[in-house]
Amino acid sequence: MMIQYIIRRTLSAIPVLFGILLVTFVLARVIPGDPCRAILGEKATQAVCDRFISEHGLDKPIHIQFRVYLNEIAHGDFGRSFRFGMPVTRLLVERLPTTIELSFCALFFSLIVGIPLGIISAVKHNSWADVSMMVWANIGVSMPVFWLGLMLAYVFSLLLKGTPFWLPPSGRITAGILSPAFYEVWGWTIPETGLWRSVLEFLGRLYIFDAILTANWKLLGDTLKHLLLPSLALGTIPMALIARMTRSTMLEVLGQDYIRTARAKGLPNSMVILKHAFRNSLLPLVTVIGLSLGGLLGGAVLTETIFGLSGVGRTLYEAITARDYGIVQAFTVVIAVFFVILNLIVDISYAYLDPRIRLD
Amino acid sequence: MNDITEKIAELDAEGLSLKSVSLWQITWRRLFRRKSAVVGMVILGILAFIALTAQWIAPYDPIQVLIGVEQVKMRQDPCIHLLGCPQDEPQHIMGIDGNVRDEFSRLLYGTRLSLMIGLSTVTSAIFIGTILGALSGYFGHWVDNTIMRVMDVLLAFPSLLLAIVIVTVLGPGLINALIAISIVSIPAYARVVRASVLSVREMDYVSATRAQGGNTFQILFKRILPNALTPLIVQGTLGIATAILDAAALSFLGLGAQPPTPEWGSMLGSERNQVFTAPHLVFYPGVAIMLTVLSFNLIGDGLRDALDPRLAHVSG
Repeated sequence: MMIQYIIRRTLSAIPVLFGILLVTFVLARVIPGDPCRAILGEKATQAVCDRFISEHGLDKPIHIQFRVYLNEIAHGDFGRSFRFGMPVTRLLVERLPTTIELSFCALFFSLIVGIPLGIISAVKHNSWADVSMMVWANIGVSMPVFWLGLMLAYVFSLLLKGTPFWLPPSGRITAGILSPAFYEVWGWTIPETGLWRSVLEFLGRLYIFDAILTANWKLLGDTLKHLLLPSLALGTIPMALIARMTRSTMLEVLGQDYIRTARAKGLPNSMVILKHAFRNSLLPLVTVIGLSLGGLLGGAVLTETIFGLSGVGRTLYEAITARDYGIVQAFTVVIAVFFVILNLIVDISYAYLDPRIRLD
Repeated sequence: MNDITEKIAELDAEGLSLKSVSLWQITWRRLFRRKSAVVGMVILGILAFIALTAQWIAPYDPIQVLIGVEQVKMRQDPCIHLLGCPQDEPQHIMGIDGNVRDEFSRLLYGTRLSLMIGLSTVTSAIFIGTILGALSGYFGHWVDNTIMRVMDVLLAFPSLLLAIVIVTVLGPGLINALIAISIVSIPAYARVVRASVLSVREMDYVSATRAQGGNTFQILFKRILPNALTPLIVQGTLGIATAILDAAALSFLGLGAQPPTPEWGSMLGSERNQVFTAPHLVFYPGVAIMLTVLSFNLIGDGLRDALDPRLAHVSG
């Protein structure tokens, strides 16, 4: 049953993926101005432009252009960035890890803080702790990410300067700290080009992963220190949502008969709450996590811009202001596809947790 | 005797009295019994008052550059007479911005813009979303398939990201930002309306109207769509909060309202590199955005609980 569900759900994502490609294709065509100069830059000469147009089939009918576009993407060719003078794919390998690390840390933070807060709130229903927590949760979901980020930077990087609580306001690691990739540490020889090289390079740029793998604790500490403020900024909204959702489902579950039975059997309170009640409020939590993912990816644009992290979000934003449409198109596709895959995983875990869904 | 009057009053408050009360009266009562919703309504009331009276209560013109008018410096700290700022200095309770304008006046005028952004984007998104959702739910088959697949694709992009991309195509500016935010919020409303249409489409009273010779328009707008009203109101109120946040984010990135328009996101964005030297210019606009968003969130949550019959007796 489960396998069937996974297959069905995965197949249903295909039209959406196709739609994403169609939308980004259309957007790239309706951008005002000459596509060649939009992609190669204002300084491209006529001869270069003519060659570009025939190479990319831009002189052909629109449906053939779409086929060419699909074909290029299927071969991992997302075009070139005129500003960086390199294939967009390389840029992605370079910058996606930052965004993944940031989103992961933000989500992790929102879970480890939000869930306990929600549980405490529900267990101590209507106490001052519950009320104040819910006030904070309401404020938390209403804060603009970019404002919170700037304020955190102000407090932790300026006001707390000179104290042990000082945190860096920008960058991924302190200048001077080396971040050798695991394959370099282990002395692997890796191919010059190709998919395998890209995969290794991609993994090698996930600093946390690298540091743990090679037991480089200095790098790990420094990376986490730099990630703390951005993750806090990005994770606050999901944290508040998770706390609220945990509280409301826990309240519902705690009123059920089987909880009373568990208590009547004389089970310790912690066991009733964690094993009997919390396990049953996991399901709505998965939904909230799914809903938060879009906010995380969109918020990454803002957070990375504020904290000077060269991730996908900031690169996309800079590409928009510089009118580097090659990047805009490719990065939008990649983020959207990433988002669809994450939602797919959320849906599948939902079905795993609740058998009623896969039978439906 | 007194007991009975009290009991009736109590039942009244629960919406259970024998007098006929409409759904809206019950909702109002329930809404007013929720502290958080009342707080939200008070905040929104104050903001609406500020928005309506900005031109009278603002001490300065929001786009007037004060060079040569007063002895003030660029990004000067707030000067509040009550808090010990010398009486002979002009009072600027939120300081002076990077273009030597009174931050407080800009903030007051920003209220107008923010509320307008929230209301206009959500109204247009609800309008289009309702039409699409109603067509989809009522006609089913290929109409439903086509519309909902398009909605799926729109939902496949993180909303802020899609808004950014749409503004890129349309060109930066407040109106284009509003269009972008409306577009990205359409799917939510279309889904809500479609779901309620599907839930009542086959009901007897709808068939009865059809049997009486009611045309599609009548059935759809008079019999079916009123059912979608409650979820739409809740979704719309919460949607205003999201729309204001997204619009502020676009303006922060320089894609929405353009200077010198007094818009909170753009005020914050243009001073973001000065956060260490002039934090007040970042702090106040952010608080203003937060309060506005908070008020809509509180009211939206209150409405959701007030309109949900299952939660009629749950307090909190």
